[in-house]
Amino acid sequence: MTGMTVSLAEQIANLHRVAPEVVLCLFGMIIMIVDPFLKPSSRRALGWIAFVGTLVALASIHVAASEKGFAYSRLISTDSFSIFVHVIVIGAAALAILGSLDYLDREGIQRGEFYALILFATAGMGILASANELITAFIGLEISSISTYILCGFRRQVKESNEAAMKYFLLGSFATAFFLYGIAMIYGSTGTTFIDGAKSELERQLAANGHIPSLALLGLGLIFVGLGFKVVAAPFQIYAPDVYEGAPAPVTALLASAPKAATFALMIRIFYVSFHSASNTWFWVIWISAVLTMFIGNLGALVQTNVKRMLAYSSIAHAGYILVAFAASTELGVAAVLFYLAAYVLMKVGAFLVVTHVGQQGEKRLAIQDYAGLGMKQPALAACFSLFLLALLGLPATGGFLGKFFAFQGALDSARSHGGAVIVLVVIAAINSVIGAYYYVRVIVAMYFWPQSQEYVPTRVAPAMVFALFVAAIGTLYLGIVPGRIHSLAESAAHSLPVQSPGSNAPSNASLAAPSDGNAVR
Amino acid sequence: VHAQASFLLTVITFLPLFSVAALLVLRSDDHVWIRRIAFAASLGEFAVSLLLLRGFDGTDSGFQYQEFYNWISPSIHYHMGVDGISLFLVLLTTFLTPLAILCSWKSIRENVKGFFICLLVIETAMIGVFVSLDLFLFFVFWELTLIPMYFMIGIWGHERRIYAAVKFILYTMFGSILMLVAIIWLYHITGTFDLPVIENILSNSAPMSSTTELLLFGAFFLAFAIKVPLFPLHTWLPDAHTDAPTAGSVILAGVMLKLGTYGMLRFCLPLFPAAAHKLAPIIGVLAIIGIVYGALVATVQHDLKRLVAYTSVSHLGFVVLGIFAFNTIAIQGAIFQMLNHGVSTGALFLAVGMLYDRRHTHEISEFGGLATPMPVLMSFFLFVALSSLALPPLNGFIGEFLILIGTFASHHVWAGWAASGAVLSAIYLLWAYQRVALGEVTVEKNRDLPDASGRERFILGTVAVAILFMGIASPYFTRPMEPATNALLQQMNDELQRPQNAARPAIPAKIGTHAIVLPAAMTQRQARP
Repeated sequence: MTGMTVSLAEQIANLHRVAPEVVLCLFGMIIMIVDPFLKPSSRRALGWIAFVGTLVALASIHVAASEKGFAYSRLISTDSFSIFVHVIVIGAAALAILGSLDYLDREGIQRGEFYALILFATAGMGILASANELITAFIGLEISSISTYILCGFRRQVKESNEAAMKYFLLGSFATAFFLYGIAMIYGSTGTTFIDGAKSELERQLAANGHIPSLALLGLGLIFVGLGFKVVAAPFQIYAPDVYEGAPAPVTALLASAPKAATFALMIRIFYVSFHSASNTWFWVIWISAVLTMFIGNLGALVQTNVKRMLAYSSIAHAGYILVAFAASTELGVAAVLFYLAAYVLMKVGAFLVVTHVGQQGEKRLAIQDYAGLGMKQPALAACFSLFLLALLGLPATGGFLGKFFAFQGALDSARSHGGAVIVLVVIAAINSVIGAYYYVRVIVAMYFWPQSQEYVPTRVAPAMVFALFVAAIGTLYLGIVPGRIHSLAESAAHSLPVQSPGSNAPSNASLAAPSDGNAVR
Repeated sequence: VHAQASFLLTVITFLPLFSVAALLVLRSDDHVWIRRIAFAASLGEFAVSLLLLRGFDGTDSGFQYQEFYNWISPSIHYHMGVDGISLFLVLLTTFLTPLAILCSWKSIRENVKGFFICLLVIETAMIGVFVSLDLFLFFVFWELTLIPMYFMIGIWGHERRIYAAVKFILYTMFGSILMLVAIIWLYHITGTFDLPVIENILSNSAPMSSTTELLLFGAFFLAFAIKVPLFPLHTWLPDAHTDAPTAGSVILAGVMLKLGTYGMLRFCLPLFPAAAHKLAPIIGVLAIIGIVYGALVATVQHDLKRLVAYTSVSHLGFVVLGIFAFNTIAIQGAIFQMLNHGVSTGALFLAVGMLYDRRHTHEISEFGGLATPMPVLMSFFLFVALSSLALPPLNGFIGEFLILIGTFASHHVWAGWAASGAVLSAIYLLWAYQRVALGEVTVEKNRDLPDASGRERFILGTVAVAILFMGIASPYFTRPMEPATNALLQQMNDELQRPQNAARPAIPAKIGTHAIVLPAAMTQRQARP
């Protein structure tokens, strides 16, 4: 398996298993090479190349899916789980690219490296999602992080953008350092950096000594610091509002969605697989972090008058809801996290794309007053934005509701092992989503009930943007009305992870089998 | 087993939504056709819903016209059905919607298309609530009622519309989100979202611990009590009503408040009978406070619409009281009173709205002596006021009377206090009528106000006929309710009298024990220590 000579067939299979990353990097490089030969006025074409790149990458996921298994000496694990996350991440990148095309023209920063960096970042996130080894994961994390640091500062002449990039870079470097330190500790206590290897080693030590080595737990804590930063879990969320506000809006759309999905995927692998035997310990860490994250996100969003910043706080809050599902530490919980991520990415990217358009040149129109009367000026755009906001709020018939529903369901399902604490957690989450209702609804109030703003003069929504919004809106509704297919995919993705349910006598899937004869009369 | 293979309920539920699609095709400044199509759609909807009566077996206590399909994963179904409790509420909805559309004919001038779309979406959502037999499906429709109503208040409402709209949505959302948690929890106890199956499981398995039952009951009840609204939770209602457009008030008072009382009957009582019995004294007292308080506050209002809004607090108190008296007569009375209140209070709001169309105010002091310029409108106003204050032989009398007899049978004191509400209602309504209609014309502007137009006469005439019909032919309504009501009470009694299981499992262990799904599995489970 780890021999120096690998057969050609195996090499090709390996290549297939990382096909999406290969495609993304190839297209990134093509863009970099073509860029110097293009006139500045025709650089927009690079955006289309990047978009095609994401489409090809999406298609190449099929190739990867047909060759499931470990690649490159078990460094990469291509399974249903990583496939699911790849679709989310690359889909988010595709939508963000569509939103960037006209944005970059508008801001006068149409440059090839922007698209190349998005593709590289996406490739890094892909590696995060399928890493079976911590150093590999670290490399993926760094590729995606460094690309996004640059993207954040892409509006070079704007102070806020520079501030965002600097802040994100400094704090992000700290976070990755914590992550690396955590890896070292886990290696120190288990002698391996493989995620599945650590699992068996930790279980062996638990059986032998009756407890998990505290060095490993400390390592897990440090890893949570590093990854919690990326998914904006409290108390590591401090940077998020400033960075999300300062970054170019389409980058914010990407930043708030794709890295979160990829990092949650890695967190699931580390927490659920490696540290499954310690789930009762880390449950409390997640519990506390979830409660803090939800409250900080929602209470912070309540007082915002800048819509972009409000959405930044809202993505903190949503990280909290995802952590609620995460706390379940069961397969049902993993499926809930995955489904939530799929729904979340669609509605969040959609919302930020609307902000991208309404922001106008220099992103000057971000205040809630600028949205006043949008419902009369641009009914379709306002309807889309309302849909995304209502989905973020969790209104039925949208993906956001089903996401919350499965998250609550997954969490409550684990009440058997976690007891009342998880019920309290769900009730707190429920109360938080009502707090959330206030600020989402307020934007809708502005769009429909306030007298029209004089500042914002409507401009035509570019076709690429229309298409992106359309896809996001349809996806949000699709996940809300007929979520069955995606949810069962999420379930099989969760099932592909080597996680055992605690107690393992009652597999969660069986529990879903309700009596089919629903017509018994009372 | 499928009783009938029928699509009727699906058709009734989604027909309004379907006609929304037709509206969307029209140009938004084509007001005439938007109104016509919306009205035609709602009339068609009413006609289709009358088909329910044809095949409805009034002696059957179970659900009829059932539809059952898998929806999401194996546990969430598209399950619909009506029984004697929900049948007339569906008809009430389809009856009031055309009237609400007709009363907005002239008064809504801006965004006409959006307004009628909202109205029709609400209709779908409300009917969906009444016919859903799957808790998940129910919750989806329940939440869907909020958004269009929110827009209706916020866009087409009066002075403080934004405040009212936001208050409305936050209040109701707070209640419903906890209900969602309770629904999921219930799923983890029973393994299904299907209401009849849940009832079956709960009545055949070991009882829940009383704490769990109280918490679940509380979560459901809170959502419904906010909607009703029950006394301390009522504060959103006067604001929402005062600032809603007429059609909004008609729908809100006519149907939406009934979603709460319907929910209590459909979910709180059969699912958690022990908790319902335990808390009934408190709920009864709150209901009575609501009756008296609502009536007293209504008496001193100087805003006519707010006055009518507070009568809702009082009248719905009667309904809650009837429900929690736990006997057939009182519950039948409560269901009948829901219908009455829908028609009568809806009519009061219609009349108030017609006054508003003429004078753009709800202040009682701006009116006075209106019977002189508008004899027809004021006669109708008197008629619906009399129906609302329960004058025999009009409909309100039957409802309140049944509730009072039923309540008296179990709680003398409650009935006594509640009866005072009936007296107070005569005071506030007649006094309001006197101030608005009788005497000399006090404000010069009012002297040459036009009397009811043909359209308005049609609206009020229809309602008057309904009021009279419901008063005289009340058995036609109460009889089909009886089997379902009896079955409900029977089920509660069985549940309460069931010998308490000695080996009652502690609840934390029970959550998520999906083994309890089928009766056979259950008996095995209970046999285990």
